[in-house]
Amino acid sequence: MTALPSYRPRVHPLWWARRRAYLVFVLRELTSVFVAWSAAYLVLLARAALAGDAEYAEFRAFAGSPWVVALNVVALAATAFHSVTFLNLAPRAMVVRLDGWRVPGFLIAGGNHSAWLAVSALVAYLVLRS
Amino acid sequence: MITLQVSRYRPGQDAEPVFQDYEVPLRSDWAVLDGLAHIKDHLDGTLSFRWSCRMGICGSCGMTVNGEPRLTCGTFLTDYGEGPIRVEPLRGFPVIRDLVVDIDDVLAKLAHVKPWLIREGEELPLTAEYTQTPAQLEAYKQYSMCINCMLCYSACPVYALEPDFLGPAAIALAQRYNLDSRDQGDRFDLLATDEGVWGCTFVGECTSACPKHVDPAEAIQRYKLTAALTSVRNLLPWGRS
Ligand code: SF4
Ligand code: FES
Repeated sequence: MTALPSYRPRVHPLWWARRRAYLVFVLRELTSVFVAWSAAYLVLLARAALAGDAEYAEFRAFAGSPWVVALNVVALAATAFHSVTFLNLAPRAMVVRLDGWRVPGFLIAGGNHSAWLAVSALVAYLVLRS
Repeated sequence: MITLQVSRYRPGQDAEPVFQDYEVPLRSDWAVLDGLAHIKDHLDGTLSFRWSCRMGICGSCGMTVNGEPRLTCGTFLTDYGEGPIRVEPLRGFPVIRDLVVDIDDVLAKLAHVKPWLIREGEELPLTAEYTQTPAQLEAYKQYSMCINCMLCYSACPVYALEPDFLGPAAIALAQRYNLDSRDQGDRFDLLATDEGVWGCTFVGECTSACPKHVDPAEAIQRYKLTAALTSVRNLLPWGRS
């Protein structure tokens, strides 16, 4: 079969700015970099805490420096955005049926958010207790 | 009257699409497709576009209307106030002429997912029925409502950037058979690939664009879960079949 002569439009480099949904998607993808940073930071913290007082004091000095505080504030906002948008999408991957009744998406998303809050509260309690 | 700004591309004459303005009567019962038919019948017989049923069934009249992928037979002129209304071919596809796009690639992808009931073992005689309960029908019915209008492909930035991506309607079509109680096929090798469900980054615009509420984004995410569970099961020594 010979291909028909046709005009092939090129994708505009700013295609993601054309629609709100594309922009939210690109932001969700980009914020995953901060999620990765948060995970790495947690590993560094745990390693320092296990390694002894000297290492832990060194880590605290590093964590208290202005640029790390600034980075972590941005990372907190980005991670929260990533988590909220991710959990809002979860009902689309899960079809939950209870006795033939399909559980509506907002209940699944609400359940995810509640579980997230409960786990966060538990972690905060364990960390702040001492 | 309302102005339709229609994208024209005449191979051999235009190096790239150009816009041409036409004034058409603004009638409350006219869809954009009626405006295009008026142009073709009364103003400019050289304008090319596809249509057939005029009732949202055949899926052939998809175009980009004011930047959105729409079925032009179900999109009314009065929805756009005073106008003008910009009518372009579906984005993401090569343009053959004016508003007609080349959809061969998607047609091949639809066929690629084995969209038929696959049976294994002994067949029942032709006179036998394969009965289904209403719940079994409900499991896949939504995915069987697709009219192959390609609006979901036009809305998908992944398809525009990665033409090898199997795409929303083809994966929804595969799920239409995967979830059918009569089907015994295995489409794992077709779907659990980088060009298949893992190519999807979940922008979700395919579902917003779909005029038939097929929800292809849901079909893809559900198969991601199935594919992930199947992959884990295949890794377990006792899980392999
Ligand atoms: S899934 Fe919806 S938008 Fe995509 S081809 Fe089918 S009917 Fe059209
Ligand atoms: S003409 Fe058939 S869907 Fe619009």
